[in-house]
Amino acid sequence: MSDNGRVVRVASGQGFWGDDLEAPVRQVEGGPIDYLMLDYLAEVTMSIMQKQRARDPNAGYARDFVSLMQRIFPACIKQGVRVVTNAGGVNPRGCAEALAEAGRTAGVAGRATVGLVTGDDLMDRLDSLLGEGHELRHMETGAPLCEVRERVQSANAYIGAAPIVRALEFGADVIVTGRSTDTALTYGPLMHEFGWAVDDVDQIAAGVVAGHINECGAQSTGGNCMIDWWQVPDLAAVGFPIVEVGADGAFVVTKHHGSGGWVTRASVTEQILYEMGDPTTYITPDVIVDFTSIQLDDQGDDRVRVHGITGRARTDFLKVSIAYSAGWKATGTLTYSWPDAAAKAKAADRVLRERLDRLGLRFDEMRTELVGWDSTHGALAGEPPADLPEVQLRVGVRADERASVERFTREIAPLVLTGPPSVTGFAGGRPRVQEIMAYWPALIERSVVEPHLVVDVKEV
Amino acid sequence: MARVQLVHVAHTRSGDKGDTANVGVIAYDSEHYDLLCSQLTADRVKAHFGSMVRGDVERFELPNLGALNFLLHGALGGGGTMSLMNDAQGKVFSTALLRIEIEVPDEVAHAVQGRGRMPADGAMRRSERTP
Repeated sequence: MSDNGRVVRVASGQGFWGDDLEAPVRQVEGGPIDYLMLDYLAEVTMSIMQKQRARDPNAGYARDFVSLMQRIFPACIKQGVRVVTNAGGVNPRGCAEALAEAGRTAGVAGRATVGLVTGDDLMDRLDSLLGEGHELRHMETGAPLCEVRERVQSANAYIGAAPIVRALEFGADVIVTGRSTDTALTYGPLMHEFGWAVDDVDQIAAGVVAGHINECGAQSTGGNCMIDWWQVPDLAAVGFPIVEVGADGAFVVTKHHGSGGWVTRASVTEQILYEMGDPTTYITPDVIVDFTSIQLDDQGDDRVRVHGITGRARTDFLKVSIAYSAGWKATGTLTYSWPDAAAKAKAADRVLRERLDRLGLRFDEMRTELVGWDSTHGALAGEPPADLPEVQLRVGVRADERASVERFTREIAPLVLTGPPSVTGFAGGRPRVQEIMAYWPALIERSVVEPHLVVDVKEV
Repeated sequence: MARVQLVHVAHTRSGDKGDTANVGVIAYDSEHYDLLCSQLTADRVKAHFGSMVRGDVERFELPNLGALNFLLHGALGGGGTMSLMNDAQGKVFSTALLRIEIEVPDEVAHAVQGRGRMPADGAMRRSERTP
């Protein structure tokens, strides 16, 4: 077989919107790779992008991606590195247009093509879908979407690899999608390269695991690595993961020679468990993966072999990511110093609550944390000692009405002169009022979505 | 038998799915995986977190990785952008589980002493690593 021994290298360049801007540059310049995948989306990201598009119809995608491509587009074309990204967010068309413009500025006009995948956006079809009986019930609570229909701001189906494979067949050098499943950015190119079909479930399942290891960037190569973290070398120039995949799906996780971080059985295992649900049933649009089948061999020298992965046939449904307006919130902070820092912070919290109460303000939720004491371990942290050098009081409120949250933000700074002593850390001004975009995960028949997916490949 | 904190026996990673936090627990030494299984029951983990977890705790086993995965439902104050928590996405939720004490044979307690914590000379050891 011609694929015997052939290896396809898919490199990870971004693990989220806001990740290390230099990482993808290092991936392209640091050694041979075939594909660069850039994951920009998370549950929260889609709602942030949605807010941006609401203010500016040209926005709603990861602008970082466009400025990145302006830097690396020529090198990618020269080296034959194809780029696959979900940077399109809630506005993939706007993203692809900005990308083409960046390509012309970078001097690749006439030498590069951009693939655009659309059709994951269900917003314009939402009422007809509901009318046809698709209830889009919340996957956790079971509530039907009609309960919040008027407040829905965006609805996107998590789509599989088929449109990415199609765009690659059409010769696209860079592929921009909307709510592509994160892992599909890795296994899509593998399906294309090795000709895996939908019923090659074990191979695609392996590709999903490769994608899961890639999708959070350096989180598999020593970043945020708990085991012996103080020994991880050169995190300043941390190498992002590269998966070297064979035709049967077995692969090696590694990183460029000379880059920082490390790839070990432990670093890879930590990432495998990240955001894990039932490990026997990891559902993607193209396959169901059994993570209890994964075998890891640490080969040393920053190479971990991953094999033995099994999958089962995909379901008839796609997950839908829906964002809806769910009120307003704000968080205020003040810093109290020794002596009796925590007691002062708690006293300030009582004063604040009494003032809000006297103003007649009501909140759906009000939460007080002491950063430096209990904001991550809650009651497990116990009672704070009197000799704590300092602590940050952090108070958050949430309400349907913007006005009451707005008023809350004006009650923090006054505590500096009207509350307990030895307080600072208010120089940033009043807290910002944020609109809450809540997440509503639902399922929909794939047959309703997939015929609407469009792949459009254009020369830059 | 002796009681040791989980921090010496396992490392962890956590993440979020809506209002659910996941906590992956990985034995430093795969021989200790069975200890994790017998000691870290879903009920014990639920009791450990107390009011921090409003819903159920589910446990899944991954013997192939020497790891357990816990789903803590109703742990993130509504999750995502709804939450008022500093750790709204449960990024460090797993470290709270490292505080739990488990029962281990005396020789295991002895063997894992100091594991999982940065040694006092941690910075020095880093530079001493062989290239």
